[in-house]
Parts: sequence; C-alpha cells; structure tokens
Amino acid sequence: MTQTVFAPWEEPREKPLIQFKNVTKRFGSFTAIDNLTQDIYEREFFALLGPSGCGKTTMMRMLAGFEEPTTGQILLAGQDMAKVPPNERAVNMMFQSYALFPHLSVWDNIAFGLKRMNMPKGEIEARVDEMLRLTRLERFAKRKPHQISGGQRQRVALARSLARAPKLLLLDEPLGALDKKLRQDTQFELMDIQEKTGTTFVIVTHDQEEAMTVASRVAVMDEGKIIQVATPDKIYEEPNSRYVADFIGDVNIIEGTAKKVGEDGYDITWAEGQEPFHAKSNLEMSDGQKAYIAIRPEKIAVSMDKPDGAYNSIKGKIVDIAYLGNISTYHVEIPGGKTIKAQTANTRRLSRRSFTWEDDVWLSWTLTAGSVLEQ
Amino acid sequence: MRRFSWFNATSLTLGFVFLYLPMVILVIYSFNASKLVTVWAGFSTRWYGELMQNEAFLDAAWVTLQVAVSSSTIATVLGTMAAYVLVRGGRFLGRTLFSGMIYAPLVMPEVITGLSLLLLFIGIGLDRGIFTIVLAHTTFSMCYVSVVVSSRLVSFDKSLEEAARDLGCTPMQSFWLVTLPIIAPAVLSGWLLAFTLSLDDLVIASFTAGPSATTLPIKIFSAVRLGVSPEINALSTIMIAIVTVGVISASLVSKRSVARQQREELEAVKS
Amino acid sequence: MRRFLLIFTPYVWLLALFLVPFLIVLKISLSDTALAIPPYLPVIEWSEGWQGFKDFLSQLDFENFTWLSQDDLYWKAYLSSLKIAALSTLLTLLVGYPIAYGMAQAPDEWRPTLMMLVILPFWTSFLIRVYSWMGILGNEGLLNQFLLWTGVISEPLHIMNTPTAVYIGIVYTYLPFMILPIYAALEKLDSSLLEAAEDLGCSRLSAFWLVTIPLSKNGIIAGSFLVFIPALGEFVIPSLLGGSGTLMIGKVLWEEFFSNRDWPVASAVAVVLLLILIIPIILFQRNEQKAREADQ
Repeated sequence: MTQTVFAPWEEPREKPLIQFKNVTKRFGSFTAIDNLTQDIYEREFFALLGPSGCGKTTMMRMLAGFEEPTTGQILLAGQDMAKVPPNERAVNMMFQSYALFPHLSVWDNIAFGLKRMNMPKGEIEARVDEMLRLTRLERFAKRKPHQISGGQRQRVALARSLARAPKLLLLDEPLGALDKKLRQDTQFELMDIQEKTGTTFVIVTHDQEEAMTVASRVAVMDEGKIIQVATPDKIYEEPNSRYVADFIGDVNIIEGTAKKVGEDGYDITWAEGQEPFHAKSNLEMSDGQKAYIAIRPEKIAVSMDKPDGAYNSIKGKIVDIAYLGNISTYHVEIPGGKTIKAQTANTRRLSRRSFTWEDDVWLSWTLTAGSVLEQ
Repeated sequence: MRRFSWFNATSLTLGFVFLYLPMVILVIYSFNASKLVTVWAGFSTRWYGELMQNEAFLDAAWVTLQVAVSSSTIATVLGTMAAYVLVRGGRFLGRTLFSGMIYAPLVMPEVITGLSLLLLFIGIGLDRGIFTIVLAHTTFSMCYVSVVVSSRLVSFDKSLEEAARDLGCTPMQSFWLVTLPIIAPAVLSGWLLAFTLSLDDLVIASFTAGPSATTLPIKIFSAVRLGVSPEINALSTIMIAIVTVGVISASLVSKRSVARQQREELEAVKS
Repeated sequence: MRRFLLIFTPYVWLLALFLVPFLIVLKISLSDTALAIPPYLPVIEWSEGWQGFKDFLSQLDFENFTWLSQDDLYWKAYLSSLKIAALSTLLTLLVGYPIAYGMAQAPDEWRPTLMMLVILPFWTSFLIRVYSWMGILGNEGLLNQFLLWTGVISEPLHIMNTPTAVYIGIVYTYLPFMILPIYAALEKLDSSLLEAAEDLGCSRLSAFWLVTIPLSKNGIIAGSFLVFIPALGEFVIPSLLGGSGTLMIGKVLWEEFFSNRDWPVASAVAVVLLLILIIPIILFQRNEQKAREADQ
C-alpha cells in the first residue's frame, strides 16, 4: 500500500463538497465579498486567513446560513443552499466567543443540538458520552460553563458543534481566546480530532502561524477577494504577490525592473550602479517590466568576507540587532539606504557571536531563495 | 487610594437620616395609643386592629392587588415583546413611531396620561372599573418593562441565539430555549417594577377607576387629604415593612449568587 | 407571520391606548364646553358621513387656548410650576451630589449596601413618602415641637401648605433619581485622575472643581432632567403639602377636570403642559444619546 498525499484539489474527477460560484455579498454600499469563486473538498482543513474586515467571517457566516449572498450561489454537496435556514443545514459552527449556553450544563450544551434531531434518548446519551470522551471532558459533564476554564470551554464548544456529525464544521477564530502555550497544544488536538472524525473543517483566523499549522490549504484574503489558495508551504515559499509574501511571515521586498536571462532566470535591476540580483522564476515577463523580489530573512546568509561563488551578494552595515534567543535578526543597511533583514540561528552562545553594531558585512543568497513577483 | 473623609461620612449620614427619618417617625407613630397623631401617648397596636376591621380598606387592597398582578403580568408579556422588537426587530414601517411610543409614557406627566385614557374610555363607552385600571396600568408599565428588558437584550451575546439556530432550533425554539432563560432575571425585575408601579399609582387610577372599583392609593389619598390619621400610619407601616423585607431579601439573594458565581469562576481557573 | 404578530401586538396596544387617547385630548382641547353628555361640543356625527366630518372640523377652534392665555390663573400656574420644578431640581442637586460623592468614595464593601439604601425608598409607595412629611411639617408637627422644645423658635413655623413644604416634598421624593446617575458617573471616575491633578499642582478643592465636576457632568444633567420633568407635572405633592397656597399646573388640571368638569379647558391645559415639556425631554434625550456615544 502506498501512502498517497492528500490533495483532492489536484484530482479533476474529485467532486468538491462546497462550491462558491461568483458569490458577492454587499452590506449597503460596502462590498464584503467580491465575486468570489472557490471549491473546498471533503476532509479538507481549509483556512481562511486575512486581516479583520477582509471578508473571511462573512464567508463563514454565509456557509452557516446567517447571511445570504447578494448574488451568486453557494453549493453544499451539489445542492444550492440559498433558501436553507441555518437549522436545516448539515453545517455546524464553533463560535469565536464559544457561545456556550450559560444556563445549561456541559452535558446539556453538547446534547442541545441532538435533542433538536428527534433522536431517541439512549442514542443522545451515547453520543454525548462519545463527544465527552473525544474532548476529554468526562469529568466536567455536570458543570456549568462558568465553572470550567477557558481551554475546557473551548473543548465544550468543539464537542457541541461536532455532536450532530455535520458534513462541514466552521471554526471562527477557535483559539483566539486562549493563551499562546495552550493555543499551540490545542492546534494539534484540533488536527487530531479532524482526522479522527473525518469532518471537513473550515477555519477563520487572522493568525498566520495557526493557519499554517492546522490547514491542508490556506486561502489568503484581502478586501473580499481570495488572493492566493495553496498549501501552507507553497504559500510561504511561492507567494503570488507582495501582499501574500508580506502577510505570511517576515520578508524583504526589493523593487526593480526585470530582464530575462536564459530559460527561466531574471536579472532584477534595483539601483543604478549596483549589480542586479539574479533569481529563477517561471513567470513570463517582458524586459524592463516592473518586478519585485521577495526574500525571507532566514534565507539570507551573513558573513564577514565576500562569499565565493554566491549568485547574489551585497555589502552593507549592521544598524540593528534583535536577539530573540533561538535566532538573531540583523538589520543591514545596503547602498541606497535600504535596510535588509537577515536571520541566523544562534547555534553558539551569545558571547561568541561574531557580528556587532556598525560592522561591515556581506549578505548573500542563492538563485532560488527569492521569489520574483509581478505585483 | 480612595479618600473617605469626615466630609463624606457627614454627608452620607445626613443624607440617609433625611431619607429615612420621616419613614421611621411614621412607623413609630403607628404604634401610638393616642388618636392625636402628634402627641405620644404610649405604645399600642390599636390602629392595626382597627385597620383589620376596616372593610373599605381591605376591599381596596384586594382590588389593588388584582389590578397589580394582572396589569404587571400583561405588561411583562407586551413589554418583553416590544423590547425584542426594538432590539432585534430590524427595520419595519413606523419603527420610529413605535420607539417613540415606548419612551414617551416614561416622561409623560401622569395627569395627562390619566386624562387621555379617561377620555378614550368615555369616548368608546367603556364602563370604568377594574378592567379599565388594568388597561391603563398595563399601558404605562409595559414601557418600563420594555426599557428594563431591552437594556438586558442589548448586552445579550447574539451569537448565543445564532448557536441555537446553528444547532437546529427554529427562531421560536431559540427564543424559548435560550434567550428567555438567560434574560429571565431582567424579565422578572421588569415584572416587579410593573407590579410596584401599579401598586403605587394614584393619579392614573383616579382618572380611570369607576365608582365600582377603588384602589388603595385612592383610598389613602382621600383619607390623608383631611390630615394625618393613625390608621393610615399603621397601613403605611405594613406597606413599608413588606417592601423592606422584599428588597433586602432580593438583594441578599442576588449578592449570594454573585458571590457564588465568582467563587466558582475562580475555582475553574485554578483547576 | 410570527414576526408580524410580535410587532403588531405591542404596536396596536400602544396606538390604541397611548396615541389615540392623546389625539382625543388634542381634539377635545379644540372643542367647546357644553352641558351635555359628553360635556363638550362638537361631536362627530358619523351618520352624516363626510359632511358630518367637515361640519365637525369647522366647529373646532382655539378658543380654549385663547382663554388660557387671558386668564391669569393659568399663566401663574405654569410659571409657578416652572419655578418650583427648577428650584427644587437645584435643591435636589445640592442635597444629592454630596451623598452620591460620599457613596462613590466609600469603601468597596459598603457600596452595595449604600446602593440598596438609596433604592429602597424608590420601591416604597410614593404617596406614603409624601404623606410621612405631613406629620412632621404641620403647625403642631414634630418639627415645630422639636424646635420649640430646643428654644430655637418661640412661635411655630408655618411650613405646611406653603411652597416650602412642596420644595421639601419634591427634594425628598425625587432624591434617588438625582443620586443614582451622579453616583454612576462618579463611580467610573478613576481616582488616579485626582492624584494626577494634585501632582500637577491643584489643591484638593480645585481638583474637585476642575476634574470631578466636569467628569460627572453627564450624571448631573441626567439627574436634573429626571427630577425636573416629573416635578413639572406633579400633582400629589402640591395637593398634599402645598395646600391652597401653591399653584401647580398638575393640580389645576385635576381640579379643572374633577371639580369644574370643564373637559375642554382641562385638555387644553394638558396640551400646553406637554408643549412646555417637549423642550426638556428632547434636551434630555440628546444628553443620553451623547453619553451613550461617549461610552462606546
């Protein structure tokens, strides 16, 4: 048996679970979602990532049935959802505030949705117990929401929304209220539960680390549009625009003009009298076209002497050093006044560090380290 | 650091003496043996005994109670509906008029409310009695209820209702199973407010009551117009006692439940 | 359908029992007194249809309002109501502010109790609270007995059945309405602001004037309107404590209606009172609106 990579979006015969077809949503004169088309497949962990007001929450609320598209269609398993009210959708949502019913115990909160399904009592009990086990909440079944901690509340909210075994689970900033340590543990727990139950998850978040950790695909949104949809590593390594490159992680962006060199290479001229930067790219650009080169700080090497045989190298002066424990970020001023960030892992102790303020250093990177961007 | 000085202590003491002394004197003099209300002639419960014999007062008290219970109950239902419409109803034709009619009775002088309702009842030929007082009291107290309930609804986390819908509730079910249980304390205090307002009201009841129905405030008013009477002192004492016991026990209960909730939340964080 | 019923029920109730009655008052204020049942003219003759309605309209006039403006009694009553309401609002503020201030400065554990002590009278019958002063303020009342006994005065003071008694009654009964909004404003006040003011060179008194008072302004305004508006139309206090010596419009309306049975004039009095009240009500609503916006 061969292990296949989970990538239904690359399988033309695979039918998507959710289809957004030219969906536009306006609130008065404000356009929250702008002519958006997107497929989401079964068993995916799909992340909607973007700053507040980018439309990610609106997309989620349209899936849940709290908002209707102004124009366009949303299909769930091939069926148009336009006139289906929230209570009749095989979709459940985990709310950002958790929205646990304060007057009901943990047990009754989880059973709430099941009781609306005309399920026999015995089955409800069995299902609630199963959910309590899944989320390790057995001990707290009788407590009220205010009698448990924030992390436990988050798990109750998850159990409650999973109890009805929805085809699609929506998570609205599910970990936003937890502190950092708990958030990281919970991210893995979420992935675990998603895998165990085989439910399709759509998560809304503004935390790029969270999206990268949990998601099978990440959609980066801005002003009601999806800018790029790809797996986390692609989003990071091959952003399609300055917006995406800048939104995910730290990046140096250098503006210049492109000139084709050979089959798949470009020279980017970025300043008069300086040697152009070289990079590989599959983009088709005409000579003299405006282009950008985006390089992650950790892909830039710092050295005292000019490295031999490096494709790109430039001399600069260290103006600032941010020591973060495991890594250090050097801010290096290059000719023309621009500052470039370069990161090195601190594998040695601080006292033996080789660079300090005002040092002249060389920055260098490979042909494939930087991404060439048109916009 | 708060600065609680002798000045604060003095103003609080004088303030509360001013607020409570008249009522304390009233209570003390209700146990006065003398018929002359300003001369102390020894302790006696004579006036309480006479009050219990006074059919007219007892009848009026019974009418008042009937009016208060029924008007405050109807007002609570209507006021809660109105609050829900105001906070969650979205837009509809005449929304501004509606909210205006909710707030106007709160500032309307009672003489005007009473007069206008009386003219209506006469205009449509409705015989005045308990029924008309109930209609009148319901109208103004539903506005108070709706203000109390809507201020609770404004701070109500809307995602709770959405969660209920998401978990399979119809809009009706989500109101009964989630919204109402959570706003119940506000609805209850709305009811209590409506009840007290109805119990207290003199002016509107005077306009809308017919000869067949006299409420306690009307009875008290016509008695005290002629001057201070020991029987009224006794009656006032009973009413003050009921309110005092009610308010103090209500505040103790709510204080306890708040303290318990805080303790449990603290324990939850520790666990 | 359910949504319709939800809106419809309270809406129709208020239309029928609040708006329509008020329109009737307006209509009767334009009618004439008559010795009939009902005691005013004209009455719409529905049997005559449209013509009847037109006849009815043509008979309405502003005679009652002209009457109000010519008769001294009404002028004086409106003016004296305004004066009494304004002055007693000021007095209530002077009495209420120190109490609210003391409550806000009191130790945390006292405050719920103090709060309850302020609210308790509010639940107690209004009528009884006014009545409780009758035994105190009378010529042989406890206050005079006490003052005579201490020798401060040699002749009993005449307070009962004078405007003074009305002022005392209004201050007493409406005091909680003044204390609560001011306390709410003062309680939010961060005490480090006062420390900052003193640190920057204010004396305690000037810190109070320059920081505390301006920051409790919304509470003062709200409390003042909450006293002024109901005091203007007050009936019980002037009729129990004011006697024939005080003229207030609520009392005039009552007597016009019950004693003189002059419904059209009573209605006209009500309409004018409402016109006077509209200004403070709108100002009050604006203040509340501003306070809400400032909170957000």
